[in-house]
Amino acid sequence: MCLGVPGQIVEITGNTALVDFWGVRRKVALDIVDEEVTVGDHVLVHVGFAIRRITPEDLAETLAFFEAMTSADLEGLAPDARTLGTGKVEGAP
Amino acid sequence: MTRPPVEFRDVAAGRALQARLERAMSRATRPITLMHVCGSHEQAIARYGLRSRFPGNLQIQMGPGCPVCVTDAPEIDACVALAQCGVRVLTYGDMLRVPGSALSLDDARAAGARVELIYAATQCVEIARATTEPIVFFATGFETTAVATASVLLSDPPANLFVLSAHKWVPAAMEVVASSPDTKIEGYLAAGHAATITGYGIFESFVAKHGKPVVVAGFEPLDILSGLVLLVKQVLEGKAAVVNAFARCVSRDGNVRAQDALFRVFRHTDGDWRGIAHVARGDLRLRDEFAAHDATLRFADELATATPPALRANLAECRCGAIMTGLQSPTDCPLFGKQCRPEAPVGACMVSTEGACRIWHDHGAAAAGISR
Repeated sequence: MCLGVPGQIVEITGNTALVDFWGVRRKVALDIVDEEVTVGDHVLVHVGFAIRRITPEDLAETLAFFEAMTSADLEGLAPDARTLGTGKVEGAP
Repeated sequence: MTRPPVEFRDVAAGRALQARLERAMSRATRPITLMHVCGSHEQAIARYGLRSRFPGNLQIQMGPGCPVCVTDAPEIDACVALAQCGVRVLTYGDMLRVPGSALSLDDARAAGARVELIYAATQCVEIARATTEPIVFFATGFETTAVATASVLLSDPPANLFVLSAHKWVPAAMEVVASSPDTKIEGYLAAGHAATITGYGIFESFVAKHGKPVVVAGFEPLDILSGLVLLVKQVLEGKAAVVNAFARCVSRDGNVRAQDALFRVFRHTDGDWRGIAHVARGDLRLRDEFAAHDATLRFADELATATPPALRANLAECRCGAIMTGLQSPTDCPLFGKQCRPEAPVGACMVSTEGACRIWHDHGAAAAGISR
């Protein structure tokens, strides 16, 4: 039930999007998504509602974060995620 | 998305993070116990075999992160009672087999009650529009599904749609765990999707109050391993802060539009969670403005006159409560894999695919004798 699945919007009609989940297509409500979305956007979906637009920049920054997590010298450092190359990971001490 | 995000499951990166975790824990002078608060975290840990590779002195407990499991027996009983009165009930699939005091919704359905499954909250509108009879949506889950229920109620739903809310607010249960005098938990891996709604800022007061770090993490193997590395570092260095390791979905303020919908429809109430008992401000119930769609008001007579069900046997031995508060693991329960199995569950944790017992059972913990 509390299963979040990312998918890609293939069509928008009014307040409803047709979203492709790796081959499975479902109608998704856009009433509470956090920002405006268009065809081609990726969204995170819970029980038929999009709750977040996931931008290509977000995905690139995640890969940079993983790269930093696996290669940067974390030893002895505070877990300051802002130094881990993403500039997007917030809230570190 | 035309393919799964394989980069987030990269084996070499996973091994590097696992080695980093191992190195960090080799400096620990005591065992460390951390808690994650999401069934999807446990599923990913099991599915990708992470648990068997965790350092021996690092224990990862699953907390009260399964909304199906924490739905209390009286909440199931109320819905079963309505179904037995002949009311047509809709709910999410994982609620069907959760045991109430005596019966599950599946038992009621087998005896002729009309209980139907939906996978999207919007379906209950379509179903209600197609009929004039009352439809009850048994609405369960944490913040992520509560916003969907809220959105349905804000979109001028048909008058014959009634919501029986068992929605719950997960930060309230983290508060219960952290306040328990028996707790060994030194840090929390918070659920990334719930935080997509609430924002990570919601954990700042928790960290300030309890002095324990919180890292918000996603659900791919590299998300979880990165989150654990950042948690262990904080614990070893005696630091406590909120760190967001799921920035592709989570911001400090979260999805404000969804929060607005949530709190226009729901208010916090104190509630009883299965196995955990009283959780202050843990339940989400409909505000008075939505009384016309409140199943507890529409069917007040039916609910008041329902016969209190007799308790099932075995319930006293069930360890769901200790498991959901991180005090014990599924294999500590005397019923696990014996009297309590997926096809014959005693406790709720064995029912849902998000429950710790079910996940451990499905991934062979009973056969392998894994004890941590």
